[in-house]
Amino acid sequence: MTPTPQQYLWMYENMVKSRAFEERIATAYFEGKSPVFNMANGPIPGEMHLSNGQEPCAVGVCAHLDAADFVTATHRPHHIAIAKGVDLDGMAAEIFGKKTGLSGGRGGHMHLFDAAVNFSCSGIIAQGMGPAVGAATAFKLRGEKRVAVAFIGEGAANQGAFHESLNLAAVWQAPVVFVIEDNAWGISVSKAQSTAVPHNDSRAAAYGMPGHRVTGNDPAAIFAVAGEAIARARAGGGPSLIEIETSRLAGHFIGDAEGYRPAGEKDALFARDPIPTLRGKLLAEKVMTETDDLAIVKRAESAVEQAIAKARAAPFPAAAEAYQHVFA
Amino acid sequence: MTATATALPNRAKRNLTIAKAMAEALAQEMRRDPSVLVMGEDIAALGGVFGNTRGLLEEFGPARIRDTPISETAFIGAAVGMAAVGMRPVVELMFVDFFGVCMDAIYNMAAKNCYFSGGQAGVPMVLMTSVGGGYGDAGQHSQCLYGTFAHLPGMKVVVPSNAYDAKGLMVSAIRDNNPVIFMFHKALQGMGWLGTVQGSINDVPEDAYTVPFGQATIARTGKDVTIVGLGATVHLALDAAQELIAAGIDAEVVDLRSLVPLDRATVNASVKKTGRLLVVDEDYMSYGVSGEIIASVVEAGTVLKAPPKRIAFPDIPIPFSPTLERPALPSAEKIVATVTAMARGGR
Repeated sequence: MTPTPQQYLWMYENMVKSRAFEERIATAYFEGKSPVFNMANGPIPGEMHLSNGQEPCAVGVCAHLDAADFVTATHRPHHIAIAKGVDLDGMAAEIFGKKTGLSGGRGGHMHLFDAAVNFSCSGIIAQGMGPAVGAATAFKLRGEKRVAVAFIGEGAANQGAFHESLNLAAVWQAPVVFVIEDNAWGISVSKAQSTAVPHNDSRAAAYGMPGHRVTGNDPAAIFAVAGEAIARARAGGGPSLIEIETSRLAGHFIGDAEGYRPAGEKDALFARDPIPTLRGKLLAEKVMTETDDLAIVKRAESAVEQAIAKARAAPFPAAAEAYQHVFA
Repeated sequence: MTATATALPNRAKRNLTIAKAMAEALAQEMRRDPSVLVMGEDIAALGGVFGNTRGLLEEFGPARIRDTPISETAFIGAAVGMAAVGMRPVVELMFVDFFGVCMDAIYNMAAKNCYFSGGQAGVPMVLMTSVGGGYGDAGQHSQCLYGTFAHLPGMKVVVPSNAYDAKGLMVSAIRDNNPVIFMFHKALQGMGWLGTVQGSINDVPEDAYTVPFGQATIARTGKDVTIVGLGATVHLALDAAQELIAAGIDAEVVDLRSLVPLDRATVNASVKKTGRLLVVDEDYMSYGVSGEIIASVVEAGTVLKAPPKRIAFPDIPIPFSPTLERPALPSAEKIVATVTAMARGGR
């Protein structure tokens, strides 16, 4: 399965948009946090987990999904949210804790919910897997052709929820695809230190489902493998597991000094940054021209600038709003 | 028998156990609403270890009456996902003590998704779970944990003391758009393999009806002391009230029925009338339901004729041996002794 030119351009634009979004979020995050870094200060308090470098995972998978498909993402969610079509203005406002945010400032960047596109993310490792199995089971029960995708990191493959959810999905033959973004680090602990097998796709065999590993952080390769797995799930062929080799170009969160990284690792990762790599490929293969590229970048940046500007200008929720929506 | 369990005119009385009342509520709601389904361990062919899904597999089949693997994290998490896409799952956590392996799905997702979505994603699910000891099952199969669940915001918590309330609360729970923790006490359940408090078996109308949340009932009216109970302790309080008549003490018994929302008004009104308050809870003493009820009455400024008292499980793990467990449990004898002492002071 190869992306069409339109699919390539869609993937590229969403990668560019995600990166532009995170660059502006990072800039805003540092406001009010110098000379002394205090996470509680500035327009965006709290932890901030950036996904730059991991954009290919989001676009390669979400290119096969539409709004009706159900996605759960992790504490590092922005690239997936953008690729799933989450309202960018609402997402930016949520991250700034504003009244106009997706949940009116109740959730923040780790708790983005957009019911219109069936997207949610959460802050506990492997937590979204059970809900993905449940949503997929509901789709199957009702005879709908919808699928669910649970994104997790490679660290999540050592959680109980991972193993329970794979087993349950297989027993119930749920139309769900589990996507592991393997950025090689669980905060500061390397995959080799924490994981009994070299690669987690091999764990699929223990649950009688196909497992695939995609190397190279290449959107087209991810697109191909994810496309087959999602088509299989949609056609009633049951669950599968995909592990994608990807890069965490930032620290675990902003402020992480990353002293645990081997010397030279970051330079090597930046040398393989997937966005310039894809840009070069699309230009070389004449999928787009330089002019097209400029237009794409401008469009993506403009959408991001507007979202951030609206978020900054939006009012904060009143204190009394903290008491709303505890119950439906 | 509670005040609500009155026979309707033109209808023969139909005494049911809580197990049968729960199964009937589930069946009627499943017939009415195709989005309702039940999941849990041993709930299909076996009909539930506590009998509350008996007969449902035969009528609704394995797609809607789903036996699960022993994977509480996965299937309770799955219920959250089902609820997010329009189903109304009812899941059974066989013993509440098993909450340790799945609490993330319960209190971090089911209880918080509505809030964190700003009301976009309600979680209409019911978690039904057995509670209570007194039958020698030790501390991993005997806890009540009412206070643990009621403490955490975002979940409704109900505790029936009889079959009538169990059916009506279950219907309300299934129709509610929020996660509801439905805690049924094993000593009231009506299982062939475990003794049943006879007062829990009462008249249950066949047609579906709701018992609203947040409404306590006066299980016995009296004027001298208010005894507040929930689940099994309601029956201990009623037994004690019977014995107290001989001592000239007229006790009022309040059945909370619902912990979240909590009907503080009914409790306060009763204590305002009697001037004395005893709370009887089988859950652990400290930081729990008993303290919350007493705090509510004190905060309301109700004038008391005697200091408020509580009888609850002491702050120890629940032991196995009957000579260790039984003296630690609340009992009618303890209630009689405590109320007698309270009445003596200040009458």
